[in-house]
Order: sequence, then C-alpha cells, then structure tokens
Amino acid sequence: MKRKFLCTLLSVAMTAVMLSGCGGKTTTTDATTKQETTQETNTDTATDTKSEDTNAAGDTIVVGFSQVGAESDWRTANTESMKTTFTEENGYTLLFDDAQQKQENQIKAVRNFIQQDVDYIVIAPVTETGWDTVLKEAKDAGIPVIIVDRMVDVSDDSLYEAWVGSNFLQEGYDAADWLAEYLDKQQRSAEDINIVTLQGTIGASAQIGRTDGVEEKMKEHTNWTMLERQTGEFTQAKGQEVMESFLKSYDDIDVVIAENDNMAFGAIDAIKAAGKTCGPNGDIIILSFDAVAAAFDSMIAGDMNVSIECNPLHGPRVAELIQKLEKGETVDKIAYVEEGIFPADTAAEIKPTRAY
Amino acid sequence: MGKRKFKLDGNTYLLLITILLFVVMYAVGMIVFQNKGFGRLQVFLNLFISNAGLIVIAAGMTIVMITGGIDISVGSVVALICMLLAWMMENKGIGAVPAVIIVLIVGLVFGVMQGFLVAYLKIQPFIVTLAGMFFARGMTAIISQEMISIKNDVFLSWANANIYLPFGGIVNKKGVMLYPYVYPSVIIAIVILIAVYIMLKYTKFGRSIYAVGGNEQSALLMGLNVRRIKLKAYILNGFLCAIGGFLFSLNTSAGFVEQAKGFEMEAIASAVIGGTLLTGGVGNVIGSLFGVLIKGTIETFITFQGTLSSWWTKITIAALLAFFIILQSLFAKAKEKSK
Repeated sequence: MKRKFLCTLLSVAMTAVMLSGCGGKTTTTDATTKQETTQETNTDTATDTKSEDTNAAGDTIVVGFSQVGAESDWRTANTESMKTTFTEENGYTLLFDDAQQKQENQIKAVRNFIQQDVDYIVIAPVTETGWDTVLKEAKDAGIPVIIVDRMVDVSDDSLYEAWVGSNFLQEGYDAADWLAEYLDKQQRSAEDINIVTLQGTIGASAQIGRTDGVEEKMKEHTNWTMLERQTGEFTQAKGQEVMESFLKSYDDIDVVIAENDNMAFGAIDAIKAAGKTCGPNGDIIILSFDAVAAAFDSMIAGDMNVSIECNPLHGPRVAELIQKLEKGETVDKIAYVEEGIFPADTAAEIKPTRAY
Repeated sequence: MGKRKFKLDGNTYLLLITILLFVVMYAVGMIVFQNKGFGRLQVFLNLFISNAGLIVIAAGMTIVMITGGIDISVGSVVALICMLLAWMMENKGIGAVPAVIIVLIVGLVFGVMQGFLVAYLKIQPFIVTLAGMFFARGMTAIISQEMISIKNDVFLSWANANIYLPFGGIVNKKGVMLYPYVYPSVIIAIVILIAVYIMLKYTKFGRSIYAVGGNEQSALLMGLNVRRIKLKAYILNGFLCAIGGFLFSLNTSAGFVEQAKGFEMEAIASAVIGGTLLTGGVGNVIGSLFGVLIKGTIETFITFQGTLSSWWTKITIAALLAFFIILQSLFAKAKEKSK
C-alpha cells in the first residue's frame, strides 16, 4: 500500500515536471510571438502610416509554401528564392513547410494551411500523383493554389490556379541551337556529327522535355547522327558508367549531351579515364543542363562546353502571379521561368553573379 | 489478485499520462496560435483524416507488441498495398471493390507467413519482419517503378466523400462558410479501433494475448496454445496493416515505391508513447491512438508556426519516447519492489 502510494506520488511528480516544462515553453513562445507582432507593427507604422489601425497580420499576404525537401543544391536555391521573395518587407508572411520527401507530409501541411486561412498555397509537389482530394479541400475553402517545379496529375485542372516551372522542351531546343551555332563557328557545320545522350531518369519531365527538344531540332540537321541514348538516372556514378560503355562501343563520338550536370561530370571522368579529351579545347563537345555552380567550375576548368540553365528561382515569378490574382486579373495556367544558356567562354565572368 | 489489480493501475497511469500530455499540448497550441485557427474543430479532425491509416496500423502494432513481438514490415506493406491498389485499378482495370478485397487477402497472407515463422519456427520477430520489409518494398518496385495515380471513379468517390458535421461551421477569411468534415476513412479507423479495443479487453483471445506476452512460460502452463495465439496475433496485424494501407491510399490516392517510408517506426513510437511495453504483456490501443494524435499535434504545431524546420517533429518525438521509456522502467521497478 505504501509503495502504491509512492508510485502515485512519483507519477504525479513526473507529470508536474512535464507540465511545467510545457508551460515554460508556452510563455517563451508566446513572448516571442508578441515580440514579433510588435516588431511587425513597428515596421508597419514606419513604412505606412495609413495602416495604423488595421491588424498587423491582416496587411500582409499570407503564403503557405510546401517544399519537397532539401535534397539538392537546386532545391535549396528554390527554397531560398521563395524565402527571399515572400518577406515581411515585400508585404508577405511566408509559412514554410519541408515535406522531407514525403507526399503524406505535404498533404498534411496543405490541410493545416487551409485552416490557418492563408491567402495562397504554393506547392512544390514531391509526386505528381494523388492531389485530387486535398486540392479540392483548398478549392472548397476558396484558397488559390500555385504549383511550382513538378506538375500535378489531377483529373480537373481548375483545382490549381497556375503552374510555374521550367520549359524543358525549350531547354532541349536551346541546346540543339547552341550546338548548331557552335559548330558553325568551328566551321564544322558540314561535317558528320556523332552524338550520344545520357538521359535523365526515364519518365521525369526534365528527361522527356530535353530529349524531345533535342530530337525535334535534330531533324533540321541531317548530318547529325544520334548514335545512342541511355539513361544515367541523373547521377554522376551512373553517368560515368554509361559513358564508359559508349566509349567502348563507338570510336568517333563528337558530342555528349548530358541531361543534367551531374551526369556530365561523370561523363567527363569517363572520357579522361579513356585517354580522350573534352571541352572547348578537346575532341568531345560536352553539352549539359541545369547550370549549377559546379558546372561553372567545370567550364572554367575547360572540361564542359555549355550548360543550359534550369532556373530554380521561382519566387519572383510566383509573386508576380499572386499580385495579378490580388488585383482580380486572370493568369495563364502555365508560367515558365526565364532560363539562360551559359557557354564556357563566359563562365568565369558570370559565376560570381549566380545565386546558386 | 492484489498484484493483478496493481498492474492494471500502473498501466492506467501510463495511459492517463499520455492522454493528459495530448490534452496539454493541444491546449498549448490553442493558446499560442489563438488567432491562427488552431482552435477550429477541423484542425482536430484533420489529425484523424491525415492519420487514419496510421491509427489502424498502430493498433495492429500494439497487438503484436503485447505478444512481445514487433513488426517492422508495416511501412513497406503499406507501400505494397497502395501500389497493388493503384496498379490493379489503373493498369489491369480491376474494379475498386475487388481490388480492395484482394489487398486485404494479401495482408492476411503476409500475416500468416510472418506469424508462422515467428510462432512455429521461433525466429526472432525483428528478423522475420525485416525480411518482410525488404520483400514488400522490393515487390512494390517490381510492380512498377513509376508512380501510378489512382483515377478510378469509385475509389475517388470514397476518398472524396466529405461527411459534414451539422454544427461548428465557420466563415473563413475568404468569406466561405466551412463546415467541419471527416472522410469515410476516419470512420473506418475509429470503428476498427473500438473493435480491437473490445477484442483485447473482453474476449478470451484478447486476454490470452496479454498472457502470452506477460509470461510465455506461465501461459503454457495455464494450458494456452501459445504458438497459435502468436500466429493469430500476426495474422490480425497483417489484416489491420492491409486496412491501414487502404486508408492510407484513400488519403494519397497513388502508388509509389517511396511511399510510407519509416511508417513502421511511427507506429512503434505511437504505441510506446501510448504505454505499450516492448517487453510485451502491457499495452492498450487507446494509448496508441493518443500516441498517433500526439505525433499529429506536433506536426500541426510546426506547420502553424511556419518557420521552424519540420525536422523538429522527430526531435520532439525522440524526447517524448525517452520520457515514456524512463517512465515505464520506473513503473516496472516499482512493480518489482511491490512483489
């Protein structure tokens, strides 16, 4: 009986400790929230005297953003772009949620955004599938949804306002056009050109767009031959492996098209290991996509000829759409971001200006 | 008789602490995010909507853990179930009802296989279900490496059938009147939870599960068929896992290799936070339900806060797990002494 009493006492004590722990946390969070609110009001009154009597939170446009995760430099740059665009100074409050690569987390986040009465929901989807239910919930609540990067595969496209992302087909066109121009400059436009392609993960929208874009443009150049296409799954290791097998099968490769920078790095390693040269002063022309920071380094080192940008800076484009929607204007369903072509000769000069 | 009563009391304490923790956390959320809509009924219902699958799976996990076992294959099995559903309906043109029946059978078969290996060949449950985990994940990829979107009308009508509550409507900032709602998945999950609770508490089979987990030797001496009870527990778990997978797919409506990764750990964590002992013999599905709800509340906290890294969910759960494990061992010590 004594022990039983002791046990009860213990549990009560533990609970009390736990409670006080939680309580302590509350007050601090509460205090910080209050602090933030006062700060907000301060900046508000400083910048705009008219908004004095209105609620601080009511002034800003609240945007809930559900991001895939932080798996690559590209993704991090994408997140940063959103965070630097949707700032208090620009008149926004951003609620950011990292889905840790899980679709179910994104669905939960969107549901919570709806209950928080956000003005806009922005989703960079982990998967293209499975969005019908939760997007319908957002629509029922009257909250517009903007999709970035990957598309969503839904039965009714009125479930989202717009999609912002890269035009992969255009990237393919750009790559082929750049190659034609480059060969012209080298006075090789009449020569027979043998090309191999390291494709991305088959079925990914970047792979489909880039492959199709190049293929369409190939028709204009009858002297270009596509020897083989094989997937390197967007990874450096697989890119190297596939390039090694290409080099064994074909003696005369003039151009390598890698559908992302990582595979190009792998291909460059394979080419060097086989005793061949590549880059502006080498035998094999390396064409790549994405234009990440490491690609600039590779171009500066003279290994890569060109990288076609895949722009992760979606923030400004999304903000533009939101401003239009705020004014009650209609927006285009598909909004592409601007993307550049970065050849090796200007790489050293451009690199410092790049955000990622 | 006195001992038995005391043991029940200890468990009740653990359960009460879990429930209290949930209530406190939720109340804190309502205070901190007062103006942000945390107090809305829908936020609470969303805990059930988003976690319907996990609630059922955690119930299955609790049963297995009461027998002294564990099942780490559940996450992969959920992925397999989702993929099978998507593949059968989209690529094979099988109707929604037969597809669901087939996956329930798959879950049962999975349970029979794992249960047989654990109960009759006396292989460590961890190893058996580890193999099961790899097998199910592998099979998922074999069926399709691509994501498959479920577009079957019947299935989507289940997934999107909002069941509105007749009260508690609020007008949101956009001026839209919103009534709180749940989906059929929530009702299925709650019905199953209640059924499992009754089964564990009031049936002979339920009580023999506790007996087997509490002390296998004395269960044998009591004349219980320990092996058969264990087998049945794993079969039941497999079946619940299939139902959980079905509910999960109602929420995500897609089949995808990477789906539900780490789900098994979430189920185990929920059960432990809910007062289930890894050593067996002690556990309660209501506790596991609150374990799931606590996890959901932490996630909700983080999205409402809006700037914290969502990885804090994991850290908070780690802290809670540590807290509950320490609490459990203290209870166990107290029990030893009282003997």
